[in-house]
Amino acid sequence: MTVTALGAAVRRKEDHRFITGKGQYTDDINRPGQAQAYFLRSPHAHATIKGIDLSRAKGMPGVVAIYTGDDVAADKVGGLICGWMIHSKDGTPMRAGPHPILAQGKVRYVGDHVAVVIAETLSQAKDAAEAIVVDYGVLPANADTSKAQGAPEVHSEAPNNTVYDWHIGDKAATEAAFKAAKHVTTLEIVNNRLVPNAMEPRAAVGEYDAGNDALTLYTTSQNPHVARLVLSAFIGIAPEHKLRVIAPDVGGGFGSKIFIYAEETVCVWAARKCGRPVKWTADRTEEFLCVAHGRDHVTHAELATDAEGKITGLRVKTIANMGAYLSTFASSVPTYLYATLLSGQYAIPNIYAEVDAVYTNTAPVDAYRGAGRPEATFVVERLVEAAAREIGMDPAAFRRRNFVTKFPHQTPVIMMYDCGDYKASLVKAMEMADVKGFGKRRREAAKRGKLRGLGYSTYIEACGIAPSQAVGSLGAGVGLWESAEVRVNPVGTVEVLTGSHSHGQGHETTFAQLVSSRLGISIDNVSIVHGDTDKVQFGMGTYGSRSGAVGMSAISKALDKIEAKAKKVASHVLEAAEADIDFKDGKFTVKGTDKSVDFGTVALNAYIAHKFNPQELEPGLKEGSFYDPTNFTFPAGCHICEIEVDQETGVATIAKWTAVDDFGNVINPMIVEGQVHGGIAQGVGQALLEGAIYNKDGQLVTASFMDYTMPRADDLPSFDVGMTVTPCPSNPLGIKGCGEAGAIAAPAAVINALTDALGTEEVPMPATPQALWTVIQKQSRAAIAAE
Amino acid sequence: MPTVTLTVNGRSVTADVDARTLLVQMLRENLHLTGTHIGCDTSQCGACVVHVDGKAVKSCTTFAVQCQGAEVVTIEGLAQDGKLHPMQEAFREHHGLQCGFCTPGMIMAAVDIVNRKGAVDEATIREELEGNICRCTGYHNIVKAVEAGAQAMTGKVPARQAAE
Repeated sequence: MTVTALGAAVRRKEDHRFITGKGQYTDDINRPGQAQAYFLRSPHAHATIKGIDLSRAKGMPGVVAIYTGDDVAADKVGGLICGWMIHSKDGTPMRAGPHPILAQGKVRYVGDHVAVVIAETLSQAKDAAEAIVVDYGVLPANADTSKAQGAPEVHSEAPNNTVYDWHIGDKAATEAAFKAAKHVTTLEIVNNRLVPNAMEPRAAVGEYDAGNDALTLYTTSQNPHVARLVLSAFIGIAPEHKLRVIAPDVGGGFGSKIFIYAEETVCVWAARKCGRPVKWTADRTEEFLCVAHGRDHVTHAELATDAEGKITGLRVKTIANMGAYLSTFASSVPTYLYATLLSGQYAIPNIYAEVDAVYTNTAPVDAYRGAGRPEATFVVERLVEAAAREIGMDPAAFRRRNFVTKFPHQTPVIMMYDCGDYKASLVKAMEMADVKGFGKRRREAAKRGKLRGLGYSTYIEACGIAPSQAVGSLGAGVGLWESAEVRVNPVGTVEVLTGSHSHGQGHETTFAQLVSSRLGISIDNVSIVHGDTDKVQFGMGTYGSRSGAVGMSAISKALDKIEAKAKKVASHVLEAAEADIDFKDGKFTVKGTDKSVDFGTVALNAYIAHKFNPQELEPGLKEGSFYDPTNFTFPAGCHICEIEVDQETGVATIAKWTAVDDFGNVINPMIVEGQVHGGIAQGVGQALLEGAIYNKDGQLVTASFMDYTMPRADDLPSFDVGMTVTPCPSNPLGIKGCGEAGAIAAPAAVINALTDALGTEEVPMPATPQALWTVIQKQSRAAIAAE
Repeated sequence: MPTVTLTVNGRSVTADVDARTLLVQMLRENLHLTGTHIGCDTSQCGACVVHVDGKAVKSCTTFAVQCQGAEVVTIEGLAQDGKLHPMQEAFREHHGLQCGFCTPGMIMAAVDIVNRKGAVDEATIREELEGNICRCTGYHNIVKAVEAGAQAMTGKVPARQAAE
């Protein structure tokens, strides 16, 4: 028997099925009688639909049905929703256009859903889609964030393509701080648009059970209960008790599988309509065109400092691209997930941020790993690094002078930091990175013709996305607690039903570790059940690094109740007073005696109910909890990137990466480090490689892995990862969350290293060899001109 | 419709397939071997890597009819007599996977790398894994897993590492 301790690097329970090819992803599921769906998508970024001629397509071999927006309207199927209300400065609610699951009268981006063809085979569906004739009236389009206000109108509901113009902070006080400042640092920042690109493309299978008038949807979701709620309550597919949503093994999400999309909605609606199970799997280009993208901000940012190098104010104006429709949580990303983190790790007395959210003729933009917090960190950490250089201070010393050191700390932008030790993570990272030896390494690199730079990113994030009352007051349409049910079987094995969803995070291991350590039973005797609305009571799902802090805390609360009830049962078994029962290492013991009974025996007695009066104590051993934390959590840390740029080619090579993160208490360091590695890779991808590019006609020219540069093994170094720990006070396990840190910290560390290496603040993302070569040429031309 | 006969994981199989059927489609749809995944349509991601006559092949760019008479091994056929292949063990031991979607292709590619190159060092592994994309792990632990798997397969440490 292996009882696993919290903090042990337990190997993952779920791995066996994945390494043997026995994982069960949505595309691996096939239902009897299943037909294949294929979506006819708009080739235009902006056009009216003057007519659709289906006559030839309907007669094509294998066609089961073809539906368009007219069928959706006739069936009164609701549109997709955005679940977070944001109000503009003048108090008016955000201006959102409708988001039908199949286009009605107009298409607004390349890839927009025009019709669905359902056929016996995918090839037949594709062939029939080619035979559909759509009469488009092509309209001028705009994909450019900075030009959206004034561009052709995407939705008549949103004049000037402005969904909202929102602000936060004290404008007058911040203006006063800038007037009084000794020094002001200004940066123009473009936070590049990214495509999440989970390796498993999105997929869905909808199935209708006519006998019970019930629907089942298998789908690639990070939050199946939320999907069911939206499909039922807002889109009107079926009432919740008649709709089962199953998210089986999911091959990565990174935010992109939070949202409720047109395709899965169409599959489950069409399954009833055509009487066949309907399956759809995105190919990679469809995924590029239609998955919710991430980032895409254009920002003017300023930092005010006084004569002592203390930050006195921070001011930003951001335009955030929402794409052509508001995705499920899009509105919250550039507001409450972004501007509330603009204080970074620093005691900044005055902050004012304005954010305009704009429509463009591009794919919707929503939360992608970090969601708003990478954008905020990039602004703050670029400003801090640039300011330190401008005023001639060492960037690390400048940070230390401005760190928050007393907790709790109330920032001017809502957040109340509960705990942390920012100096500790900075100092540890500097030691691990051998910052002292950097000068020598830089000189050595120069001899090889390489420009070597070092960049810091001391980031903070707000995670565990909760508590419900707080997010409700900020406009969220849902509560953000998590639920758990712990079912102890008569033989003492345990099933945990959790509302969290694992799509790579290893919950089947870490959650089982918690149960194993608490109940003193083998981890092999614990199963974690998730991803099925018929099995799990309810759940808000996994995003915002919330599964540990919120999801596991719910399990912990349920385990408290299990222990309390088991003690009552044990008191009868041991014939002692309940108050005299101790529970430790899987054993119930009568205090001060050697009388004890193990957990399994107590579980059996709870079910056979022979030794207690069932009128006084209910049989069975099963408890649940809905846990709502008291605050966000605030993971923070320091990443240091050391980079070399080849002056001849502009190729940047990361020489060394050091990460020291404070995630509070850690259940499984192996898994946590893995999360950090993956996050850094995505952040480095944003900084050096990745960028979704639309041309002036609104065509996505980076719509495959041949055009959009994903980080590959030879683009990255091995990472040096360390930790510091300040346990989180706002949840019972002291966990802060680790899933997004790397992606939040990394871009600023890379660009700070590159700007250090090149001696200019003007380095764009992605800093491709071409971009860097251009910067180097500009630098040398300027140097020649100066001579 | 052409008839294709080939050996998959030691078992002889015959199927009537459309001439345009890809090997990955035949594996997944005709033979229900869903361990081989499709992550892209441009032969970039490597989620579909299988072995054909002992060599790593991207099954999304191989027609089933091209494999007439071939010996195909998929991720489902790698473990022998219920015992995991050393590379599978290494991926688990070194946390070389998270969501698991790229994993079958990664493992099949890694076995092929070792078959061709023997005990490999980090730089070689990173270069050799160019054709396989992982979005979860940042490759850090995949590289460690392949290094360990290679040592377990060959009983050797890589030459550069041995020299240090």
